[in-house]
Amino acid sequence: MNVLFHNAVDYRKKPLVFGLGVGLVLLATVGLAFGSLGGQASSVQADALHAQGKLRSIPARAYSLHEIDTAKGILLREYVSPAGRVFAVTWQGAWMPDMRQLLGSYFDQYEQAAQQHQQAHPGRHPLAIQTPGLVLTLDGHPGWFIGKAYIPDLVPQGVHAEELK
Amino acid sequence: MRAPTCLGIAAISAAIALAIGCGGTGSSKTNSPQGTAGNVQPISVSLGPNGNYANGLFTSVTICVPGSSNCQTISDVLVDTGSSGLRLLSSAVSIPLPQQLAADGKPVAECLPFLSGYTWGPVQTADVVLSSEKASSIAVQVLSDTALPVAAGCKDIGLPSQDTVQTLGANGILGVGELDQDCPACSETGSANPGLYYECGSSTCQATTESLSAQVRNPVASFPTDNNGVAIALPSVDGASLSANGSLIFGIGTESNNGLGSAQVYTTDQFGNFTTTYKGNSYPGSFIDSGSNGLFFLDSASTGVPVCGDASGFYCPASTQNLSAQNSGTNGTHGTVNFSIANADSLFSNSVDAAFADLGGPSAGVFDWGVPFFFGRTVFTAITGKSTPAGTGPYWAY
Repeated sequence: MNVLFHNAVDYRKKPLVFGLGVGLVLLATVGLAFGSLGGQASSVQADALHAQGKLRSIPARAYSLHEIDTAKGILLREYVSPAGRVFAVTWQGAWMPDMRQLLGSYFDQYEQAAQQHQQAHPGRHPLAIQTPGLVLTLDGHPGWFIGKAYIPDLVPQGVHAEELK
Repeated sequence: MRAPTCLGIAAISAAIALAIGCGGTGSSKTNSPQGTAGNVQPISVSLGPNGNYANGLFTSVTICVPGSSNCQTISDVLVDTGSSGLRLLSSAVSIPLPQQLAADGKPVAECLPFLSGYTWGPVQTADVVLSSEKASSIAVQVLSDTALPVAAGCKDIGLPSQDTVQTLGANGILGVGELDQDCPACSETGSANPGLYYECGSSTCQATTESLSAQVRNPVASFPTDNNGVAIALPSVDGASLSANGSLIFGIGTESNNGLGSAQVYTTDQFGNFTTTYKGNSYPGSFIDSGSNGLFFLDSASTGVPVCGDASGFYCPASTQNLSAQNSGTNGTHGTVNFSIANADSLFSNSVDAAFADLGGPSAGVFDWGVPFFFGRTVFTAITGKSTPAGTGPYWAY
């Protein structure tokens, strides 16, 4: 469902001059029908629409942060690089978000890795996927889920995974 | 290294200590009265039905066709304070439990996400017996991907199904957590409903609202007595052990064997979490969970502890790390927890061990205090809205 992907640009090499502004930009939740992770910045709006959520966008150093409070009470955060690509998504709330929508073209990779993780490591514990193309962690319990997914190659230079919350 | 020790038991309230022996021999640990009281259910950390579960805390559960003596006992059911409600593999259930039907006569099913997979299957009704306590005619989930078609919304979580003993690693999950009904928001109409409950036709299932009274229920909450929470008492484990035997005790301050004693009460937020502070940084959204099989916290970049080379989701430090963190309840109670993280690959190299005190791994920016936290402690879990001598649940106390 998500076809907006991959030109082979290395965004790490781009200059990272983004405003330090703290302005809050409210965007209409009228978006394009594309998934998010790895997609263009415009896909953030599609996610907000899909989740019947409220979107606010916060420009920050080296990336812009878009927050969506979904109708189901899940807080989604989508990180957009200066080059306009969603390089990370995080989520937290009582239940899991629609991961197919949130991960877009990365959903199949996540699904396969989660399957392998279960088969390789019996026992109930957080999900930790670490592949060259996708890093994803998931923790919580029924009634509380917290997770993060990012594409290492798209993370802007100087941005550390720990700061993606 | 594996010699039995009863040191941890000294911290338990006197009433419980009276009931507790230290019968461990060899490298197996016991502090269980083994069901001598009517509110005590034996529990054990073992390798589980597949023989490969690390830090799996198991018990047996008896279910009956409601109001009948047609019963069966199912072993190797995971004891989980992180969820609420009884879920059993369809393949493990041999008695005919009545199917719950929606108002239009269609069968009701549920999709519950966990971390390593989702549970899907029909909602059925059973009497649930644990020790001498009985939950009469409560909804339980029977795990099967084939009894009713798996809903698209369940598959969109992207996690694997857990409807076999191979994928679940257990015959079921006994959720004795902080909730009575397993999804209060599922009783709401409109977009706030997370849509865990479904009613099913022959080929598809549609999300539906599920009243609180019809939801899958924490069996403890519907016991006639001893229904305000549980205590889990496990012996301390020094390094690794073949097994660890303890008790699941029903009720908090309701009997002579379940008083809070000197335990500190940590109240939790709307999601069932508190805050853990580590090296000066606070991590809200942290929790205690007997269904997690290690101590999971932060990540390598934050802790400096490397993960194992096989990307297994565990930490593999070159030498055992002795660490410390502070837990804080929403009521302001705080206390320090000392813990150790050993090399998981080394721990797992001895395939006969089931209990590991120093097993840990990365999380997603929080602390997930799993089974190792329970070793050498008595940990109370109070159910939301239930009255206890230390106030109304939800809370943890230890």
